[in-house]
Amino acid sequence: MFPPQFSVVIDSDKCEKCKRCTINCSFEALSYDDREDRIVSDDRKCVACLRCASKCPKGAITIKKNEITFSPHPTWTPEIRLDIMKQAETGGMIIAGCGNDLDYPCLFDRIVIDACQVTNPSIDPLREPIEVSTFLGKKPKQLKIGDDFSLETEIAPNIMIDTPIVIGHISYGAISLNAHKALAMAARKAGTLMGSGEGGLHPDLYEFGDHIIVQVASGRFGVHSTYLEVGAAIEIKIGQGAKPGIGGHLPGEKVTEDIAETRMIPVHTDALSPAPHHDIYSIEDLSQLIYALKEETDYMKPVFVKIAAVHNSAAIASGIARAGADAITIDGFRGGTGAAPKIVRNHLGIPIEIAIASVDKRLRDEGIRNEVSLIASGSIRSAADVVKAIALGADAVAIVTPALIAMGCTVCQQCYRGVCAWGICTTRQDLARRLNPEVASRKVYNLISAWTMELKEVLGALGMNAIESLRYNRERLRGVGIDQKTLEILGIKAAGE
Amino acid sequence: MQIDAKGLSYKELNRKLKELVSKEDALEIDVLNVNGHRYIGTGLENSKGIIRLHGVPGNDLAAFMNGGSIFVYGNAGDGVGNTMNAGLVVIHGDARDVVGYSMRGGKIFIKGNVGYRAGIHMKAYKNRFPSIVVGGRAEDFLGEYMAGGIIVVLNSNNEKNPVGKFTATGIHGGTIFVRGKISEEHLGIGAQIGTPNEEEINLLNNLISEYFSYFQVNENLDSLEFTKIHPKSHRPFAKLYVLE
Repeated sequence: MFPPQFSVVIDSDKCEKCKRCTINCSFEALSYDDREDRIVSDDRKCVACLRCASKCPKGAITIKKNEITFSPHPTWTPEIRLDIMKQAETGGMIIAGCGNDLDYPCLFDRIVIDACQVTNPSIDPLREPIEVSTFLGKKPKQLKIGDDFSLETEIAPNIMIDTPIVIGHISYGAISLNAHKALAMAARKAGTLMGSGEGGLHPDLYEFGDHIIVQVASGRFGVHSTYLEVGAAIEIKIGQGAKPGIGGHLPGEKVTEDIAETRMIPVHTDALSPAPHHDIYSIEDLSQLIYALKEETDYMKPVFVKIAAVHNSAAIASGIARAGADAITIDGFRGGTGAAPKIVRNHLGIPIEIAIASVDKRLRDEGIRNEVSLIASGSIRSAADVVKAIALGADAVAIVTPALIAMGCTVCQQCYRGVCAWGICTTRQDLARRLNPEVASRKVYNLISAWTMELKEVLGALGMNAIESLRYNRERLRGVGIDQKTLEILGIKAAGE
Repeated sequence: MQIDAKGLSYKELNRKLKELVSKEDALEIDVLNVNGHRYIGTGLENSKGIIRLHGVPGNDLAAFMNGGSIFVYGNAGDGVGNTMNAGLVVIHGDARDVVGYSMRGGKIFIKGNVGYRAGIHMKAYKNRFPSIVVGGRAEDFLGEYMAGGIIVVLNSNNEKNPVGKFTATGIHGGTIFVRGKISEEHLGIGAQIGTPNEEEINLLNNLISEYFSYFQVNENLDSLEFTKIHPKSHRPFAKLYVLE
């Protein structure tokens, strides 16, 4: 046993022993000692979620990182040593939550954006309209106009969103119903979409259907005619950035009555999503499911396909576009998850910046870019990332972790424990009640509005009055400290060029 | 009522069927010259309608089906009853791979053999309980990840191996009955051989009688001894992980 990672320091001068912290700590690290009349902490259980500190009326609680000092060695870092010890003890695979935490270079942070000076006037978004509405779906290659000026080309179903930022997929079961509801409410208010995740849709959310992309994953949980018809679009989930190539696993203890009903499975059984869809072993098979879903919904809904960003994403995306999909979501290797084997989360897949650039280029080279919209996801952290992803070739981006942080998540990375102190990543009723969907949805809405304003601000600085001018406009990006080959793949020049 | 499918695309045929079935409650339709038309009966709602297909339907027959009956006078392709909710499918021939993928209700009767991964991820839910009866034999991975419902393999041709390898890999709910004896070698991870209880025997007998009522084949299978395959646990993969 090694010293705990964190220490809970309680200032006894300030503490009034109201015990609010002990009630709030869902990880059971804090308790009240009758005999000593003080709050005591089992530091080993503390995960630094900061719920106690934020609820202490006297500000008496500080969480400190415990510096565990191993004899230093650059190869055998403390984390590696601790992982080995854990596995030696248990013989198990290490499960981790949230996203990739290894120190890979973040390309978004090495890309800078152009701005207008002197010769090309910028636009002030406060006084001039800037169009950021986005249409997701197939676009025709050309339009045929009849003699009476009527449109003769049949246009495939497209969804108009008021901002190119959609809320990505996270399932009911991974998060509480209150959290799911909050995201749906925010999506409706912001005029955008949210992803249902692969756990079906609670009937309470049907009224938000016009703003929900309903997902069909390998376990087909909660997939039935009403579910498919209620959504604005349908997404076939092939892969997830945080865990490419592997399936999902919602442990039986999280499958409560309500979740069982939504997923359409018995209570307390494990909800296992097989690694592949076993009716999809090829692009032709994928096409078969795409058209099965289109048949089921009378060709009224766009069908999206989500893949994890991997080495040959570009070739796969080309196949998906040809298979009849209306949009492709590409999820980068820094994307989030409720639970994934740590080895998979940290080492499989490629960065979203690279994937989006190479997919967009491949589809353009093949003359089929109009066949699909591209949605980039997996570690979009700010409006700056949104601008860069769109300029690299995305039509829109999907965010999940930022929406969770907006709702109160502090990224303690314990999502797989099911005892989220903030009532987000849990199905325990007493904890889920901590999240007020109205308040949480307002915050998520605020975040999307703020990012959309920032997006307009940058478009104005670039002298653009429409998001369309930014798409695939890699000329307005430059790399700083990126190697030549990577610059080539990203399709951008180095700063100064 | 008859429809000639010759020269119709699957989209045209299915649109026609959907329109007809939605108009009249207890409609019986004979579709002639079915030749690889995909998605027939997808999302079918009508609980009393009967569709008879003469020929060979294409893949994903009865996908997302919610009710009604489809009789096939010929063989069927891959993906019969994909994510099927309710209803009846009777196939007077063989069916290929992934029959009843994620099926959660309704019944599928196949006179002949089935391909790989039949009944994968079948699940029961509330009053929904999916059943698949195979008259012949099944290939590998029968009932993989099975989470509920029942699969019966009658092996009416008395073949040496009524099921392939890795049967019921990852099973965590539901039961499979195979006529005759099969050895543990055919089972995948998480599956075991057990003894049926009275309720299961009744269910099995009812399904077998229903099978015979559709196909009028020789009812005298020499023995009606069945091997029951069921999950070792409802949590087959619970102990693989350690928390970070």
